[in-house]
Amino acid sequence: MELPKLVDALFRENGALARSITEQIHKLAPIVSKKLDRERIKIMNFCGSHEWVTTHYGLRALMPETIELIPGPGCPVCVTPSSDVENVIKLALEGYTVYTFGDVFKLPTVKHYKQDEVGSLAAARASGADVRIVYSFIDAVEDAKRTGKPSVFFGIGFETTAPSYAVLFEKGKVPKNLLFYSSLKLTAPAAEFAVRLHRSKGLVPVSGVIGPGHVSSIIGAISWDFFPKEYGIPAVVTGFEPIDVLAGVLKILQDLYTGEVTYTNLEYRRVVKYRGNEFAQAEINRVFKPVDAIWRGIGTIPKSGLDLREEYSAYNAREQLGIKERPWDYDLPPGCRCNEVTLGIAYPTDCPLFMKACTPARPWGPCMVSMEGACAVWARFGSTERITRIVSEVR
Amino acid sequence: MSYNKVQISHGNGGKETQQLLQRLIFSRLPLELKRVKGGVGIDHPDDGAVLHDNLVVATDSHTVNPYFFPGGDIGYLAVSGTLNDVIMMGARPIAMLDSIVVSEGFPIDDLERITGSMIELLKKHNVPLVGGDFKVIEETAMRNSIIINTVGLGVVETGGPIVDAVKPGDRIIVTGPVGVHGAVIAAMQYNISTSLKSDVRPLFELLEVFREFKGYIHAARDPTRGGLATTLNEWAQLTGNVIVIEETKVPVLEEVKAVTEITGLDPLNLASEGVAALAVDGEVEDEVMEALKGLGFEPASVGYVVEPKSERGIVVVKTAVGGAKILEMPTGDIVPRIC
Repeated sequence: MELPKLVDALFRENGALARSITEQIHKLAPIVSKKLDRERIKIMNFCGSHEWVTTHYGLRALMPETIELIPGPGCPVCVTPSSDVENVIKLALEGYTVYTFGDVFKLPTVKHYKQDEVGSLAAARASGADVRIVYSFIDAVEDAKRTGKPSVFFGIGFETTAPSYAVLFEKGKVPKNLLFYSSLKLTAPAAEFAVRLHRSKGLVPVSGVIGPGHVSSIIGAISWDFFPKEYGIPAVVTGFEPIDVLAGVLKILQDLYTGEVTYTNLEYRRVVKYRGNEFAQAEINRVFKPVDAIWRGIGTIPKSGLDLREEYSAYNAREQLGIKERPWDYDLPPGCRCNEVTLGIAYPTDCPLFMKACTPARPWGPCMVSMEGACAVWARFGSTERITRIVSEVR
Repeated sequence: MSYNKVQISHGNGGKETQQLLQRLIFSRLPLELKRVKGGVGIDHPDDGAVLHDNLVVATDSHTVNPYFFPGGDIGYLAVSGTLNDVIMMGARPIAMLDSIVVSEGFPIDDLERITGSMIELLKKHNVPLVGGDFKVIEETAMRNSIIINTVGLGVVETGGPIVDAVKPGDRIIVTGPVGVHGAVIAAMQYNISTSLKSDVRPLFELLEVFREFKGYIHAARDPTRGGLATTLNEWAQLTGNVIVIEETKVPVLEEVKAVTEITGLDPLNLASEGVAALAVDGEVEDEVMEALKGLGFEPASVGYVVEPKSERGIVVVKTAVGGAKILEMPTGDIVPRIC
């Protein structure tokens, strides 16, 4: 069998293994639920791709009623503050060439909802601004070298994207005419924020976390140890095939059952190392420093973002162009519950706008814009209750 | 940005297209002007219309970027697509009309190649081209583009036409691997190198199967724009029945999987141009499969139709790991201008 087929057979189409894991989950769930005295066992993921896998392969339909798989902050586009997009739009309208990723291109600002305002980079381009969609920073670097025009790269992403920026700065490959507007975010501080919020608001607490596979390939499984150590919450870093996620859920239940919650479990061994990619970490640290960052609809989370260090201030768009960070102002459109969805407090279907005023074709809020946004994922494959009901009917 | 303008997603063949056409045309025409008396027209979304018992007519406009692609070009696509629409109604194509719109500055050599492809297919299948039109648009309005509209006429030789109406107990059969054409175009647009070739071709052999299993084939469609997801959703919505698909049984080529992995597209949403989806009576499933194999197809039985319970007209996909999801009508941008 060819390699891709083999991998699919092992991790994606392995019905027998999936059944066996699912049976064990069903056996253990009521015992754990009784032991913890919790009616629902909430397991949160922190990665848009985990949410995609969960929904695309219909994993929620396999779970017992007690287990709730919820999406947490895992979509960088969804949490990019409106003020950042507005600043970059302003630069585009002033004549800078702006480079951005496709998802960010469509991202609406708060002004988007007012008439006669340029409310997205797409609208800026429609009004004549030079906004170019790229697939990587390197494309922007090469294009900016070619044009020689004053340009700005809108740097979105988590720890997985940061090294691709850092390495080009560190190697001196970025041309002087290309400024960098950082909206980089760190996953762990937001994950901790979401889990704490569940506690402080008296909601059903988060009982387990599925750590992001690719972010962890950079920062290491070790970065999630604070969940078991400080919060007594089991953590598993898993891969992105259905078997990976199912195995992760089972491991969390096993940890909850034994009560031996000490360090992060590493299911995604084939990619992630316990300590992560130390070369990439060093590159990030040389070029970027942790800063307080605004998360859309949520506000400032301390030390949850990255910006260029002083040595690279010649590239820092904020510093070079005198852009002052304004204090955060609530930046979601009226009625949108993207912030609650991002923090795992609400399901997309809890939002009255979901699939009514807000659809993938006409996104109202940011969680519907990106392919990784929980609302966009749910819009494509249906909500849990709906699927569970229908599956029982067609069985 | 104002939403009151046509967006590229309005042409995806999915939900947005449906909604816009409902507003612009369907809701504004009285029923008697949606079809010929006793026939089938736009009151019933199908591949074509039925006029007076056995005469079928179908039309399609084709625009694809790039207009030359591995395995074919827009000329093949325009002729083959419309012939297939006629065939999927259970009719033998008897004549075709074409209408070509090109932009000022379009290379005449390219145009010659494209019309050469059209002529090649018409000759091969002995279908006369009985009329047409040719227009040029200023370069300021349309750049280096071509749009070909074709109209196909066909006659139902025996029995009635296939007017799509899936029934509980039906099996869903696809005649070959899905999404190949869409994957080729996506690969070209995203600059991914692939050995794939478009599957574009007219499916005349299917007429034999339709004749042999007359009355047992309850729906036939070539899942072009919007892919199998659109075809199945339209079938489910038309009758209110629920269609269940087993994902592992849907044939998808490895190269197509590779393209969709990279681009994030779903093979079920990608166009096929030489594959048909059929809904056949459960009783004749095996025989139809055998007949298709005998004609050189690589068919697969991918699902079945059940009566609706709490929700009508939906498509459910059972995944390999035993989970399930709703297969929605494609929405948003699928691949820009795929066909």
